[in-house]
Amino acid sequence: MAGGTRLENANPLIFQRSGERLHTANDEDEDVLDPIDDREIFDILHVQSINDPEHPLSLEELNVVEQMRVRVNDQQNTVGVEFTPTIPHCSMATLIGLSIKVKLLRSLPERFKIDVRITPGTHASEDAVNKQLADKERVAAALENSQLLEVVNQCLTSNARTV
Amino acid sequence: MTVFLIISFCFTARTFHACSLPFELKLFMMAADSAILVGLVEEFVSGQQDSKAADTATGLKKGQFTILQLVEALGLHLTSSQPQTRARGVQLLSSVLQTCHGDLTEGEVVVLLAFYENRLKDHYVITPHVLQGLKALTKCSVLPPGSAVSILKSLFQDVHVQSLMLAERSCVYNILIQLMESKESELKGLGADFVFGFVQSVDGERDPRNLLLAFQIARKIIRGGYDLGKFTEELFEVTSCYFPIDFSPPPNDPHGITQEELILALRAVLTGTPCFAEFLLPLIIEKLDSDIQSAKLDSLQTLSACASVYEHKELAEFLPGLWASLRREVFQTASEKVESAGLAALTALTACLSRSVLSSDSEDSLNVFLDLVLKDCKHHLCEPDLKLVWPSAKLLQACSSASYRASHKVTAAVMPSLIEQYNSRTQCAQRRTLLEVLQGFVQSVRSSQEDDSVLLDFSQSLCSIVFSALSESNAGLQITSMHVLTALGQQTGLLVESDVKLAVDHLTRIVLEEEDVTVSTAVVESAGTLARLHPAAFISNMVPQLKGSIFSESLAQADGAAASQEHSQQALHQRCVTALAAVSSHPSVVQETTPVLIQVLTSAHTGTGSFSLEEVIAVCLSLQRIAGQAEDTEENGQVFHDIIIPRLLGLALQAALNGECSSEHRSPFVEETVLSAMVPVISTTCSRLQSQLAGRTALRSVSLFLDGDVSFLPENAFPSQIQLLKKQASDSWKQSQMVCLLMGCVCSLPRGVEIPQVDRLLLELEELSCTCDHPLSYTSAAKCYAGLVNKWHVEALESLIDRMLKRISSELASASSSVRTQAFTLLLWVAKALLIRYHPLSTTLTDKLFSLLSDPELGSLAADGFSLLMSDSTDILNRGCHADVRIMYRQRFFTENSSKLVQGFNTAPQERKSCYLKALSHILTNLPRQVQITELPALLPLLLEALSCPDQGVQQSTLSCLQPVLLDPPSALITQLEALVGRMLSLITSPSMKVRIASLRCIHALARFPEHEIMPFRARVLRALATPLDDRKRMVRSEAVLARNEWFLLGSPGGR
Repeated sequence: MAGGTRLENANPLIFQRSGERLHTANDEDEDVLDPIDDREIFDILHVQSINDPEHPLSLEELNVVEQMRVRVNDQQNTVGVEFTPTIPHCSMATLIGLSIKVKLLRSLPERFKIDVRITPGTHASEDAVNKQLADKERVAAALENSQLLEVVNQCLTSNARTV
Repeated sequence: MTVFLIISFCFTARTFHACSLPFELKLFMMAADSAILVGLVEEFVSGQQDSKAADTATGLKKGQFTILQLVEALGLHLTSSQPQTRARGVQLLSSVLQTCHGDLTEGEVVVLLAFYENRLKDHYVITPHVLQGLKALTKCSVLPPGSAVSILKSLFQDVHVQSLMLAERSCVYNILIQLMESKESELKGLGADFVFGFVQSVDGERDPRNLLLAFQIARKIIRGGYDLGKFTEELFEVTSCYFPIDFSPPPNDPHGITQEELILALRAVLTGTPCFAEFLLPLIIEKLDSDIQSAKLDSLQTLSACASVYEHKELAEFLPGLWASLRREVFQTASEKVESAGLAALTALTACLSRSVLSSDSEDSLNVFLDLVLKDCKHHLCEPDLKLVWPSAKLLQACSSASYRASHKVTAAVMPSLIEQYNSRTQCAQRRTLLEVLQGFVQSVRSSQEDDSVLLDFSQSLCSIVFSALSESNAGLQITSMHVLTALGQQTGLLVESDVKLAVDHLTRIVLEEEDVTVSTAVVESAGTLARLHPAAFISNMVPQLKGSIFSESLAQADGAAASQEHSQQALHQRCVTALAAVSSHPSVVQETTPVLIQVLTSAHTGTGSFSLEEVIAVCLSLQRIAGQAEDTEENGQVFHDIIIPRLLGLALQAALNGECSSEHRSPFVEETVLSAMVPVISTTCSRLQSQLAGRTALRSVSLFLDGDVSFLPENAFPSQIQLLKKQASDSWKQSQMVCLLMGCVCSLPRGVEIPQVDRLLLELEELSCTCDHPLSYTSAAKCYAGLVNKWHVEALESLIDRMLKRISSELASASSSVRTQAFTLLLWVAKALLIRYHPLSTTLTDKLFSLLSDPELGSLAADGFSLLMSDSTDILNRGCHADVRIMYRQRFFTENSSKLVQGFNTAPQERKSCYLKALSHILTNLPRQVQITELPALLPLLLEALSCPDQGVQQSTLSCLQPVLLDPPSALITQLEALVGRMLSLITSPSMKVRIASLRCIHALARFPEHEIMPFRARVLRALATPLDDRKRMVRSEAVLARNEWFLLGSPGGR
């Protein structure tokens, strides 16, 4: 951050973090089955924060992912996430998308089909990015590139409070 | 030169010393000892034996020879042409001086000082030893006047401090510190030269240890009133160049210096004097631009600190710059720490400006500054989108909280527009935001004793806002308005009587009508605070209304209401009862509310009002709350001791006696849950500090239980022959279980209160606990016994315990006995009572418990007993009950007994081993984390065994013990990694979710082990962790997600 390079979006709007999910009595009850729901996916992406590559802030604080843009169908094994880059020409959009996708791949059971795309109308090269993120082979290839993997991992390195 | 000095030294020293001993005697001794001395000197200087210095010093201490003789013996070495030899000679003299400086005479000191000062000019190899010698000499109590100045002059003149080694530099600083302590006035006479000398010697210091010393000296210079002269800027430069301090101590730091320590030491220097203001303030403004958060934080804290020393004239010039920086930090902050430090600094600045005395010609700098702040912030409060309303409000509130004048100005400027805003907005969210902002302002204003509250002008409009918000249906708005109301109520003289009355009406309405949990919590809290300040309004308005609703609607409900209605009815009662409890802190309120609660209990007992069991328990809970929170005055004590406790005992007794004859209505007061809820009411009352009243209650209840004396109970209609503690017919449990109420009373009395007939009481309790077969009765009797034994300090105690122990042992020994559980219960509680007070007999009792672990019938009970033994019990034997609890009894028990446990485990038959593991895990869970971590490695084999124990409780507690240890793994663990990983992975499919969660946490912690140790397990762990990602419980899944992501990062580029 302190280096000489200019940030693309030096002064982003910061949003209040929503509080942690409250535990209910059902959460403690052994016999109740908790389905995987929108909030849980949202928490995977936030409570164990993914950091924005540009800012030392989590994606939630930058409002990149909102809970209303997360859709889960536990029966049909699908997860859809739409994310909103901080500015329409953000060059980091692909990387943010990739990080979200990797985080979900690592955190969800294999049965789910994961679909990550940009919120319609919020990015200049929306289609290109969406296409890249949907292409299994390109994602796999990207993760074999150790430099790219390094950047993704840095976004996913959780801060100290998780332990 | 050197030769001359030595000789002159010998002469002077001799003339001083000669008179101290008869001449012949001295000659004789000298002859004997001088040979030894010469030998010592020779061995030290030529033989390079360092230990001889200590020998010489001891010789000198014992009086075998004098310092003069030592110098004479050293003579040749001190004048040698070899610098190494001279150095060695001075070293011996210096190290002797370090131990013997207390014995020197003034004359000797003068000569030695002259010598040492002169030696500073000598070869550089000698300098370190000279400094050591000087340091020793400055500690002399007989340091002659003028010597401090001459030492410093030669020190500053002849030594270039920063080219010395670390230890010598520290030596110089220590000399300065020593002299500043003993010769302050002389040093001040040196004037600015002293400051200059110090500045020169410190300039360029790098070692943190020396810096701490240097900061200490600088602080003394500043605070001690030394003349800084023209060197103010130099002194500032030489210290401020370290600001802001960035220091990370080396790993396994041996000196224990922290960044925090350095920061505080430097801050004390920089903020020590207003003279530094013109240099420090620009520096702070500059450092606030830094990107490093710690630098910002340090700058802000330093600013707060100096504002408490400065006056407005120092600040005036820099106010615009400081304000611009502070505003930026709060408006654009990424960190709460920086924000709160910024606000604190703003408060400190404003307070400083408010403090200053104005002269007639200068303008009021507080006004000027606040105008600046208002100009930048006020308009944000009125923006339509309320975007920057929070940071602006926080800044203004920070100013307002600084002083009465500041509050006055800020509120006068802000309040009207905020109030107007609120009234013109229609959206709930915006209104709520504005109300929260208002709340902040109301809480921030400072009150002054002479003047009226600054909010007085606005109180009417604020009240009308609050009351209108209270009538809204939006929960958030209601809650915030109650917070504002509470804040307004706490300002003295702001609410007039009619306002308070209206407020109480509103609160009462909310209690009665609102079902939202968050709202009712807030209203209870608000009512509780306001009732403390305005008791009369609550007595006249709220209490009667709540009482009315508790009793009136219960009639309507009698004619077959639906289940849902009954439910809401219960919730209403619950809210009323809680609110009654919350407002009861002032004695006058307590006298009104407790009769209502007692009336509820009475009607529940007679069956006239149909109150459920839960409601009765809730009432007891509220009574307990009142007993705990009400002011500890005699008035309140009387209400409880003279009315409530007799009522409760009377109700319980009536229920116990009636239960045997009538059958159509069963009083709730025979239920175990209700009795258990009554115990804390009694024990909280008795544990308060009204000893006299408590003593009376103790006397009454003991005579009730021992002699059947019912004279103090209300509605005296009891049979004369009551024997509550005697075992009678089979149905007598209703009476015998009342012993728990006795326990509540006698076990929680303050230590000084005498318990009447205690010997007889103990006998009867022992009898009851060993013979009765009703669980509540015998357990309560055992607990009561234990509670008494814990506080009893007489010699008869041992014989009493011995007798009880014999009885228990014989019961436990006979396998056919029907009261083994009872005997065990008594044993357990008495063991706890004695253990926590370190009584020597406790070992006998706990050993007995250990031996029971292998008992086929009681083994598992005994294992669980250790949990009770090690944890704090809620009702008795805790500090709240004035029990005798020694610190660290758990650690002590653990260290004394862990080996017994391990031994018992090893010798026990296979099927009994699990009891030992369970006991161990109970003991470990209750130990403080610090002790766990140091003790666990020794118990590791046992713990690994425990992981494969089928008992889920054991598994879970073992895992939760292991987890903190895994965060900082001992090497013993690393060698066991294979076994550890295998066992933990098998536990993540356990049927118990707690075990699954605990094992996932441990696996997460394992990811922090050294990478090369755990890499071999990575693939296996990742595969195994895929299963819990699809667990049926969400809490398990989220732990699995955390752990799996951490393991993925392992060994991956950019990971760890």
